[in-house]
Amino acid sequence: MKAKHQRLILALAALVALIGAGLLAASALKDEAAYFYAPNDVKTKGVEPGKAIRLGGMVVKNSLKRAPDGVTIHFNVSDGKATVPATFSGIAPDLFKEGSGVVAEGSFDAKGTFIATNLLAKHDERYMPRELEGMNYNETTHEMKAER
Amino acid sequence: MRKLLIWLPLVLFLGFIALFASGLFQPDDRIIHSRLVGQPLPAFSLPAAASDRPPLASAQLATGQPRLLNTFASWCVPCAAEAPQLEALQKAGAQIDGIAIRDARADVDAFLKRNGNPYARIGLDARSAVQIALGSSGVPETFIIDGKGRIAYQHIGDIRADDVPMILDRLRAAQ
Amino acid sequence: MIAETGLAALWLAAALALLQLILAFAGLKGGKPELLAAVRPAAVAQGVLTAIAFALLVTLFLRSDMSVLLVVTNSHSMKPWLYKFAGAWGNHEGSMLLWVTVMGMAGAAVALFERALRRDTHMATLGGQAAISLGFYAFLLFSSNPFARIDPAPADGQGLNPLLQDPGLAFHPPTLYLGYVGLSVAFSFAIGALLTRQVDAAFARAMRPWVLAAWVLLTLGITAGSYWAYYELGWGGWWFWDPVENASLMPWLAATALLHSVTVLATRDALRAWTIMLAVVAFSMSMVGTFLVRSGILTSVHAFAVDPTRGSFILALLALYIGGALALFGWRIGSVREGAPFELVSRETMLVVNNLLLTVILGLVLIGTLYPLMTEAFGHKVSVGAPYFDRIAGPIALALMVAMAAGPLTRWRKDRARLVGKRLLIPAAIALIVAISLSVFALGRIGILPFLGLVIALSVGVASLAPLWKRNLRRTPLFTYGMVIAHLGCAVSLAGMACDSAFTVEKLVAARPGDTIQTAGWTLHFRKIAPLAGDNWTALQADIDVSRGGGSVLIHPQSRFFASPPTTTSEAALLTRWNGQLYVVLGEEVEGGRWQLRVWWKPFVTLIWLGGVMIALGGAMALVGRERRGWLMKWRARKATEVAA
Repeated sequence: MKAKHQRLILALAALVALIGAGLLAASALKDEAAYFYAPNDVKTKGVEPGKAIRLGGMVVKNSLKRAPDGVTIHFNVSDGKATVPATFSGIAPDLFKEGSGVVAEGSFDAKGTFIATNLLAKHDERYMPRELEGMNYNETTHEMKAER
Repeated sequence: MRKLLIWLPLVLFLGFIALFASGLFQPDDRIIHSRLVGQPLPAFSLPAAASDRPPLASAQLATGQPRLLNTFASWCVPCAAEAPQLEALQKAGAQIDGIAIRDARADVDAFLKRNGNPYARIGLDARSAVQIALGSSGVPETFIIDGKGRIAYQHIGDIRADDVPMILDRLRAAQ
Repeated sequence: MIAETGLAALWLAAALALLQLILAFAGLKGGKPELLAAVRPAAVAQGVLTAIAFALLVTLFLRSDMSVLLVVTNSHSMKPWLYKFAGAWGNHEGSMLLWVTVMGMAGAAVALFERALRRDTHMATLGGQAAISLGFYAFLLFSSNPFARIDPAPADGQGLNPLLQDPGLAFHPPTLYLGYVGLSVAFSFAIGALLTRQVDAAFARAMRPWVLAAWVLLTLGITAGSYWAYYELGWGGWWFWDPVENASLMPWLAATALLHSVTVLATRDALRAWTIMLAVVAFSMSMVGTFLVRSGILTSVHAFAVDPTRGSFILALLALYIGGALALFGWRIGSVREGAPFELVSRETMLVVNNLLLTVILGLVLIGTLYPLMTEAFGHKVSVGAPYFDRIAGPIALALMVAMAAGPLTRWRKDRARLVGKRLLIPAAIALIVAISLSVFALGRIGILPFLGLVIALSVGVASLAPLWKRNLRRTPLFTYGMVIAHLGCAVSLAGMACDSAFTVEKLVAARPGDTIQTAGWTLHFRKIAPLAGDNWTALQADIDVSRGGGSVLIHPQSRFFASPPTTTSEAALLTRWNGQLYVVLGEEVEGGRWQLRVWWKPFVTLIWLGGVMIALGGAMALVGRERRGWLMKWRARKATEVAA
C-alpha cells in the first residue's frame, strides 16, 4: 500500500469516528433534553414506569410525611397545574423543605408514585432547576406562576 | 482541503466566543427571589439594636406608606459599602428601618457612627431568626414593604449606586 | 506596607513582561543578539517578582491583616492557621495571583533550564510566554487587585466558606493550577515554533518534559479534587460532572493527547501540525475552564463569586490569545513540511487512534458543558447532567483503554497485524475468563458498563505489563517503566470505578443510640451522639463502633455547624481497609429520638485514586528517565571528545 492510501484510510476512519461521536452526542443530548419533566408534563405526555427521569417542581406545603422507618419520606411535587406523589429514602438535603423547589431523580412505579433515588439540592438556597426559573409558588393557593 | 482544515479551528473558536459573549451579556435572570414576595411580613418583635434608635416590630412596618426594610450587620463589608446608597435613598424621601443580624449593640453603634445612620428604627436579630423567616440567605438584603405590611420586593446583596432609581421607582409603585 | 510592596512587585513584573516581549521580538526581527541577551534575565526576574508578590499575600493572610480587603472577606482571626494560609488562594483574586505566579515562575524555569531548544525558537517561546503573562497581569492589576486596602479596617474578617475549610482543599487547587498554567509553556512553545517554523523532532524533544511536568501535576490535582469531593460532599460519589470538574478534565484530556502525539513527533517526526494544534488547544482549555468558572455563566456547586466585568475581561483575553494562536497556526502551518509517513499497522497509527478518541471525548465533554449555554441562547433552559456524560464518556473511554493495551505492543513505523494479535493473546484470554466468571457469579446484578469495565480493566492491566515481558529488567530504561506504570494506573483506576458501581452496598436506617446495624459483613454499634466544639464550629458527633469479625474501631460521623457565615455541613466518617472503604454519614434527627445513618460499603473504591497517583508517578518517572538519559548522553559525548583529543 502506498503512503497516500494509508493516509486516506486513516482520514476516513477519523471521519467515521467523528460522525459516530457526533450522533452519539446528539442522541444523548436529545434524551437529556427529554429527561426533565414537570408534573404537568407527566400528566399530559405520560411517562412509562421504570424510565429514569428528573422530576422538578415545588414541594407542596403540608404534604411532607415521614414513614415510621424514619428514613423514607412521602411528599407531593407540583408545578401549579398538576401534582405528583413522590417518595424518597435517604438523607434529604438541608435545603429540602416544604414550599421550596426540588429536582428529584428516579422513576415512576406502576401505581404512578415517583420513586426518587436522589434529591438534587445545590449548596445554595436560591437554587432552582434551570427549567423552572422564573416560576413562583404561592403557598396559600398552591399555585405556580411565572414571575413576569 | 488542507487549507480548509487549517482554518477550521479558528472558525469553530469564533463560534464559541460568540456563544460565550451571548451568555455573558444576556440580562442576568438567574437570581431566584424570595417566595415571600407578595406575602405579608412574618410577625416579629425585636429589641433595639442601637442606643439611639427605637426597637422594631413587624406591626410598625404597616403604616400605610411603603417603607424599606434593610438587613445589615456591623461585621459585613458590603453593608458598609451600601451605606451611601441608603443615605441617598433616605434623602430622596424613603423611610428605612433596619435589622442588625447576629450583632451586638456596641458594634452597631460604632458601625452607624462610621457609616452614617439612615434608619428610623433598628431591631436586633441576634440569632438570625427573623432573617430566616424572611427567607433571606445573606446580608445585606433590602425589602420593600407596602403600606399594608406585605413584601413587595426583595433586593439580594448590596444596593449599588445604579440601583437607587430602580428602588425608588419600586417604592412609588408599592403605594 | 506589605500590601503596597506586593502591588509594586506585580507592576514591576508586568513591566518586565512587556520589556521581555519587546526585546524578544525586536531582537529576532532585527537579528540583534544584544537585545536577545536580556530576554532570559527578564524572564527570571519576572518569576522572582511574582513569587515575592505571592509570598507577601500569604504573609498578609497569616498575620490576619484586616486592613486588606481580601483578607477581610476571606479570612478570620480565629481561623486555624492552615486555613488562613490556604485562604490566600481560596478566592478569586488570590487564585489569579497564584495563576500569574505560576506563569511567571514557569517562564523563569524555561529561561533557566531549557537547553535543547534552538536559540531563536527559545527566544520566541519566551516572547510568547511574556505575551500571555501580560494579559493576565492586566487582568489582575485592573480588575482583581488582591492587595486592595479597606478603610476603615473592620475588627475582624468574614471567614471562609466552611465547605472549603478542609486540608484537601488547601492543597488541591494549587496543584491543579501548577498543571493548568504549566500548559502555558507548551502553548508558548507552539507559538515559538510557528514563528521560527521549527516544527521537528528536536523541537518535540525539547517540549516533551514541560508537557510531562504539567500533565503530572494536573493528574495529581484532578485525583486530589475527586477524593475531596468524595469525602467532603458526603454523597458517596467521586465525580459529579460539575462544570468546575469538567473545566479541569478538559485540559487534562488535551494534555494527555498532546503527551502522546509529542512522542510521535519526537521519535518519528510525524504528526507535526497536529501536535502544534494540541499544544494550543491544551492551554486554551485551561483558559476556557477558568473563564467558565470565573464568569459565572455556568452555575456550579463550587463556583467563585460571579462578576460579569471580570467575565468579559477573561473573554477578551481568550479571544486575543486563542484566536491569535489559531490565526498564527492557519497562517504559518501551511509552510511546515509534512512529517514522515507511516504504515497503517504501526505504533504511530495506535497513537493516532489514542489522540482521536481523546479528542472526541474532549469535544463531547465540551459540548455537554456548554450545551445549556447554547440552548439558552435560543430561549430554552436545559441542564445536562451525569447521564449524558456517563453515556458518552463511558464507551469511548473503554475503547481508549483497549487501544492503550495494544499501542505499546505495536512497533514503530511498521508492524504486522497478526503479530500484534499474537502479543495480545494472553490479555484476550484473561478478558474472556473474567467475562465468563462474572457472568456466572454476578449475572444480572451488575450493569453493562461496570461489567465491561471490570473485564477491560483486568485484561488491560495485564497487557500494560507486557512491554516488560522477556526484557532485561535492569537495563529497561526508566521512561519505559514510567509508561508501564501510568498505563497500569489507568487499569487500576478503571477497576476501582467499575467495582464501586458494581458492588457498592448501601444501607439507610434511623437508629437510636444503642442500636446495632448489620450490612455487607460489617456490624455497626451506635453508641451515642454528643455535641462537640471545634475551632470555629460546633457539631453533633456520633460514636459508632464498627467491626468485621475481629476487633472494633470507633468512628465519628459529624454534622457541623459553622457560625460565620452560618452553614451546616456533614462530615462523613471513612474507614479504609485493603479491600474497600466504609463510608458513614450522619443525617438529621427524626421522631422517637432516632438519627438517620447512611452507610456504604464500597469495595475497592480506593483503587480509583491509587490509579490516579500511579498515572502521575508513571509520568514523573518518564520525565526523570528522559532527562537523565539526556544528561548521560551529553556526558558520554563529552567524554568521547575528551578521549579523542
